[in-house]
Amino acid sequence: MKLFYHIGKYFYLVGKLFTWPEKFSMYRKQGLRELLLIGLDSLGIVAIVSVFMGAVLTLQVGINFVHPLIPNYLIALTVRDTMMLEFSSTIICLILAGKVGSNIASEIGTMRITEQIDAMEIMGVNSVSYLILPKLFGAIVFFPLLTLVSIILGIAGGLAVSLLTQVVTVHDYLDGLHMFFHSFYILYTLVKMLVYAFLIVSVSAYQGYYTKGGALEVGKSSTMAVVYSIILVLIFNLIITQLMLT
Amino acid sequence: MIKIENIHKQFSGEKVLNGITAEFSSGRINLVIGQSGSGKTVLLKSVLGLIKPDKGKIFFEEREFTTATQNHWRALRREMGVVFQGGALFTSKTVEDNVKFPLDMFTKDSVKEKKRRVDECLDRVGVKGTNKVLPGEISGGMQKRVAIARAIIMNPKFLFCDEPNSGLDPITSIRIDRLLKRLTIDYNITTVINTHDMNSVVEIGDYILFIHKGEKWWEGNKSEIFSAGNEEFNNFVFAAEATKKLIKT
Repeated sequence: MKLFYHIGKYFYLVGKLFTWPEKFSMYRKQGLRELLLIGLDSLGIVAIVSVFMGAVLTLQVGINFVHPLIPNYLIALTVRDTMMLEFSSTIICLILAGKVGSNIASEIGTMRITEQIDAMEIMGVNSVSYLILPKLFGAIVFFPLLTLVSIILGIAGGLAVSLLTQVVTVHDYLDGLHMFFHSFYILYTLVKMLVYAFLIVSVSAYQGYYTKGGALEVGKSSTMAVVYSIILVLIFNLIITQLMLT
Repeated sequence: MIKIENIHKQFSGEKVLNGITAEFSSGRINLVIGQSGSGKTVLLKSVLGLIKPDKGKIFFEEREFTTATQNHWRALRREMGVVFQGGALFTSKTVEDNVKFPLDMFTKDSVKEKKRRVDECLDRVGVKGTNKVLPGEISGGMQKRVAIARAIIMNPKFLFCDEPNSGLDPITSIRIDRLLKRLTIDYNITTVINTHDMNSVVEIGDYILFIHKGEKWWEGNKSEIFSAGNEEFNNFVFAAEATKKLIKT
């Protein structure tokens, strides 16, 4: 029963989210701030993880694809498709759920327990919309960009490994990148990122917005935000893949 | 003027407010006093529309708001100013941005006009020159003053304060009380203050509503408190040894 209660309350919050802003310029200012906080601040971690994952993937695939009948260019193709289909969307989003999700839940949760949200409501401001909509905007704009950056850097990481270790020649690696390329995969990845962006922001904001108690509860909300975001990302990964790829 | 009639509220079967009726007039300080847990904050939040009473009516200048829609409440709240117990200042915004926030949200004033209004309010509450600092960088008393400046910047008809003196030293508390009194008279605001600070009661209590265990036990003004024949109220008023000594002398 409690699950249905939370689902209902979550959709109520989402409903309140999409109301016309009291003043558009204030939301625009907040939206730009969130672009920096959610997007640019996540660029570093996404870049580091992507480069190393691309490099490790190339090594692992290179080690396992040692067979006279398997052409070497398949190493790059596998790295490219793995980055595009799964790593740069789902795995990166699991990382972002930890970084961005906990940040959102703790920020809004702290505002709730220190009565800052009550103060906003008393002023006549739709606090749900004012606090969450700019974050959603920031995530929806920047998450797909982060995916594209992650794909490029992951492939570049693989290329660096091919240069340094000779697990595959640079020529074979570059050849593999061009082979059997399906542009639909990019669309599939971007769709996933948009859905994940919405899920991570809305679920984390929900956890923060309804925080009750003190600092300990803010910590709990933050943890729950990450846990639920990750679970939902995994569930929707399955659903979207079934709908778009099969 | 705010009128509340027969307000009832219970949480998980426990009665928190039990038939409270009162009238808070404009241009005077209305104090709601009582022990911690007596129901003061629940009453204040009910009047603010943050908690929906189970029964009873709330009138703001003859307009009933008990069954009002969210949009009606939102419109009414633009006529309200609230000072929360902890100040509730936005920690990531500067003092100026905090005070300016209602103007930014609801007016089309020019940047210059907004700046002028912010400076005027900060000056009025005695924290001139703190525009660019963050709330965390100023003292508790100054934070309360900034919160009051934010509460009055839209020229509210109704001002609500939840324990404005909590955590402040006696001298700062008296300054805050006098400031609220001055603002109430100057702007003819209906001011409702939740407190259990006896200094405030004696200093500024034009109308006092004493709540005990969710019920109204006594009402009157500051000149009547020492002659009140209500035992619970007397126990509350004379709880402090200092007050007893003061009365004896």
